[in-house]
Amino acid sequence: MSAAGSALFIAVFLACAVEAVEATTIVLAAGTARDWRSAGIGTAAALMVLGVIVAVLGPAVSHIPLTALRVVVGALLLVFGLQWLRKAILRASGHKALHDEAKLYAEHLAEAKGQQARRSLLAPDWYGFTLAFKGVLLEGLEVVFIVLTFGANAKNVGLAAIAAGCATVLVAAAGFAVKAPLARVPENTMKFVVGIMLTSFGIFWGGEGAGANWPGSDAALLVIIPAVALFCIGLTALLRRSTGGGGSAPKVPQPARQVAG
Amino acid sequence: MSKLRAFGAFWYDFVIGDDWVVPVGIVFGLAGTYGLHHAGVTAWWLLPLVLVVLLPVSLSRAVSGPLLPRRTRARRTPPASPHTPQGH
Repeated sequence: MSAAGSALFIAVFLACAVEAVEATTIVLAAGTARDWRSAGIGTAAALMVLGVIVAVLGPAVSHIPLTALRVVVGALLLVFGLQWLRKAILRASGHKALHDEAKLYAEHLAEAKGQQARRSLLAPDWYGFTLAFKGVLLEGLEVVFIVLTFGANAKNVGLAAIAAGCATVLVAAAGFAVKAPLARVPENTMKFVVGIMLTSFGIFWGGEGAGANWPGSDAALLVIIPAVALFCIGLTALLRRSTGGGGSAPKVPQPARQVAG
Repeated sequence: MSKLRAFGAFWYDFVIGDDWVVPVGIVFGLAGTYGLHHAGVTAWWLLPLVLVVLLPVSLSRAVSGPLLPRRTRARRTPPASPHTPQGH
């Protein structure tokens, strides 16, 4: 696999793993608090809808001229990447609460237990069905977006789909093996890495789409990714010092004043 | 009407996110890259520069203040001497 192919696989795998962790948490809450059969039917229904979306959008995306696709996708990746990085840096520097999968699971569980049971034609428990359906569909849409845009831009949708499939199956298998939220997955660190990857690919593809010629062509990514990473680690350290916390690694959280968002 | 509003809010949150300055800056960065390229100027450096400016600006908006450590700024003011007259 080439260096660009490896970067593509890692970016899609990590991004999809993060989304899969969140979807698994919701399905586990729906199954535990309500009814496993309804949660399973909801998950299957969402996967079918996602399959239809891929079947419709996949060929359509491949017909868009590559230059136009790279500008639009580069812009979207930059927007999403900077959103992820912004949150990841605020979390790593102690300005925002860490994403806590165990806490989210407990919240979903409490909410699901508080709802009254209602049968429907589709599932024995309507609430369990809709909770799982919405969770998988919304997180799955992001996976579909990542696979289609990364794959189409790199002219390798197959590799992007394999990376997404590996991540989803691995996370879902782990979640259902332990029947508990995957709180030990270093989700905040993964989001930091994914933000760096999305932003780097966004800079590269957006620039190419807008007409820029990168020195070294595809090899420029191997400079852009570490440069963005170093810049973000530096910003995290700077923000930590502004809270009086000290330190430099983006992993260790510190309780501090919080910001909205 | 509320469903339409919720639909709009979902897409606004999905694309614009927490800080509208970020997407606006990116659009300007891409337009600037396009303009430089068509003017015959090397343009690859503009988007990395946009990142270097945009991310600290957005972070400083989030924490409601500059990113420079407070300790650095505090050092500029010398501590009051115990022998300094405290006014009359």
